[in-house]
Amino acid sequence: MVGSPAVTRIVRFAAPPRRLVRAGLPVLSLALVLLGIAWLNPRAISYLGLNLMLNLALPIVLATIAQMFVIAVNDLDLSIGFFVSFVGCVSVTLLPKEPLLGSAVLLAALLAYAAVGALVQLRNLPSIVVTLGMSFVWQGLALVILPRPGGTAPVWLGTLLNYQVPVVPFPIVAAVAVGLVVHVGLMRTSYGVILRGAGGNPAAIDRAGWSLLGVKVFAFTLAGLFGTLSGLALIGLSGAADPNIGNGYTLLSIAGVILGGGEFVGGRISPVGAVIGALTLTLASSSLLSFLHIPPDWQVGANGAILIIVLAARALVTRGDR
Amino acid sequence: MIALKRLPAKPWIWSFGGAALAYAAAVSFTGGRGAGPMVTAALSLATFSVLAGLAQLFVISLGPGNVDLSLPANIGLASAVAMKVMDGSDALIPLGIAAALGTGITIGVVNYVFIWALRIPPIIATLSASFIIESADISYGRGLQIKPPPDFAAFAGQQVAGIPYLALLTLVLTILAAIVLQRMAYGRSVLAIGQNSRAAWLAGIAVERIRCVTYILSGALGGLNGALLAGYFRGASIDLGNEYLLTSIAVVVIGGTSVAGGKSNVPGLWGAALFLVVLQIMLNTFGVNAGARLITTGLVIIAVITASGGRQMPR
Repeated sequence: MVGSPAVTRIVRFAAPPRRLVRAGLPVLSLALVLLGIAWLNPRAISYLGLNLMLNLALPIVLATIAQMFVIAVNDLDLSIGFFVSFVGCVSVTLLPKEPLLGSAVLLAALLAYAAVGALVQLRNLPSIVVTLGMSFVWQGLALVILPRPGGTAPVWLGTLLNYQVPVVPFPIVAAVAVGLVVHVGLMRTSYGVILRGAGGNPAAIDRAGWSLLGVKVFAFTLAGLFGTLSGLALIGLSGAADPNIGNGYTLLSIAGVILGGGEFVGGRISPVGAVIGALTLTLASSSLLSFLHIPPDWQVGANGAILIIVLAARALVTRGDR
Repeated sequence: MIALKRLPAKPWIWSFGGAALAYAAAVSFTGGRGAGPMVTAALSLATFSVLAGLAQLFVISLGPGNVDLSLPANIGLASAVAMKVMDGSDALIPLGIAAALGTGITIGVVNYVFIWALRIPPIIATLSASFIIESADISYGRGLQIKPPPDFAAFAGQQVAGIPYLALLTLVLTILAAIVLQRMAYGRSVLAIGQNSRAAWLAGIAVERIRCVTYILSGALGGLNGALLAGYFRGASIDLGNEYLLTSIAVVVIGGTSVAGGKSNVPGLWGAALFLVVLQIMLNTFGVNAGARLITTGLVIIAVITASGGRQMPR
C-alpha cells in the first residue's frame, strides 16, 4: 500500500509497521507456548527438559523448510510427508547394508523431485495434483521397500543425531543452524531473491531473462534435499522405521510455514519464521499436552485446539492490520 | 461434428474411457468371469468417492486455498453418530441419518467460524478442526461395535439390474448439484467467487454468506457419506474416511474441475471416481501387491493431469 507521506506517518504512529508484525508473530506464538509450558511445569524449561521436549524437532524443522521452498514459488507439496517416510525406509534397509545402492536410490529420488518441478512448470500443471499423485508413489515405494515396521538405522546416523552439545540443547543448536543457513541463502543472496520473485511475479522474472523452469526445478530440488535430510534425521533419532513414519509431516509442514508468517502465494515466506513455526508445533503437539494431563483420547484434539488458540491470539494482535 | 472435435479437450471424457479400458483389461484377464459383479462393486465404491468429491468440489470451486481437510474425520465421526443413534433398530433409521447430517452441518459451521473469525487459510482451519473432530470420534466411538439396522444395511447393498441403489441415489444428487452450480443463484455465486472474489463482492454477492453455506454443504455431504459408508461396511470405524482425504481431491481434479476455482465439472466426478476404482479392481485381479497398486495409482493421476493439459497461460 502506498499512501501519501502524511498518512503513512499517522499509520506508523498508530501501529507498528506490518512487516515487523509479520516477523514478530511467529516469535509471539512460540513465546505463548513456552509460557504455557513454564506455567504448567517450570522445571521443563531447562537443558534436560528442552532436550527431551524438542527431541523430534529437527526432522519437523527440515520438512517445514522443504515445504517452504515449494510454497515460495507458489506451489504446494502434498507429498513431502510420504517422501520422508520413503527416505526413512530406504535408510533403514538399503543404506546400512549397501551404502552405495542406498545413496543412489536417494539421489534418484532427488532427481524425481526435480522432475516434478520441471513437469509442473513445463505443462503448467497445478502442483497440488502432481504432488498428490507423487504421494501415492512414495507411499507405494515405502511399502515395497519395507512392508512392515523394523530395520535398523546406520550407526553413523544415530551417532550424529544423538550428539550432545553443552549448555544449549542440541535440537536448538541444529534448528538455529538450519534457520541461519537457509535465511542467508534465501534472503541474502541474489538467486534467493530470484526464487522468491518467481513466487511474487513470475512474469517479471521471466522478462528479466531468468529461466522460470530453472527456478522451479531448483526450488523443488531443494525441497527434495531438505525432505531427504528430514527423513535421515528422523531415522537417526528413532533408530528404526515404519512405512508411515513421516506421513503426518505433510500437514505439519504446511502448518509450520503458515505459523511462521509465510503466505501461500506471492513468494512471501520467512525461513526463520518457518523454523520457529516448526518448533512451536513440536512443543505444542507433545510437551504441552503431557503437562496438561490430557487423556490419550483427546491428545490429537488438543493439538488442533492449540493450533487454533495460537492463531486466535495472532488474530487478536493483528486486528485492524488488514 | 463440432461437438465431436471438442471431445478430446474435455478431460473427464478421458477418465470414462480410462475406466472402460481398465475394466476391459480386468475382464479379459479373468476370461469374462465376474464381469457383472465387477460393475456392481465398482459402482458401489465409486459412489462414496463421488459423494466425497462432490463435497470437495463445492469448496474447491470457491477459489485458491479453499479445501476441506476435515472430510475424513467428519466421515468417521458421522458414521459413529449414525450407528449409535440408529442403535440397530429399523425404526430409528431416519433419525440416525438426520443425526449424521446434523454432525456434518455442525462441523461445517465450526470450520467456517475458524476461517472467518480467525482469518486463517481454510487449509489450516479445516486441518485444526479435523484434529478436534478425530479426538471427539476416538472418545465417542470407543469400543463402538453397533451393527447398522438390518433394513439400512440391506438398502446399502441393494441393487436393481446390477446397479446399486446408492449409486442411483448419488446420481440424482450429482444431477441436482450440477443444476445448482450452473443454473441457480447460489451456484453461480460460488463460481463467481472462485473466479474473482473481489469482483463478486463488488457485484453485490454476499461473499461471506456463500462461503459459509458452502462449508456447511461440504460438511453435510461428508456426514451423509459417513452414514452410508457405515451401512455399506456394516459398522462405523475411526479410519472409515481416511482414504477420502486424497481421493476426494483426486476425483475433483481428474474430473476436470480447476484447482484455481471458478470452474467446476460435476459429471467428471463420476468418470474420475469410476476410473480410480476400476483401476484398483483391475490391479487386484492381476494380483498386484499393495505397494505397486499405490505406485500405479499415483503415476496414473500424474499421467492424466499431464495429458489433459492443465491451466492455460493467461495472456
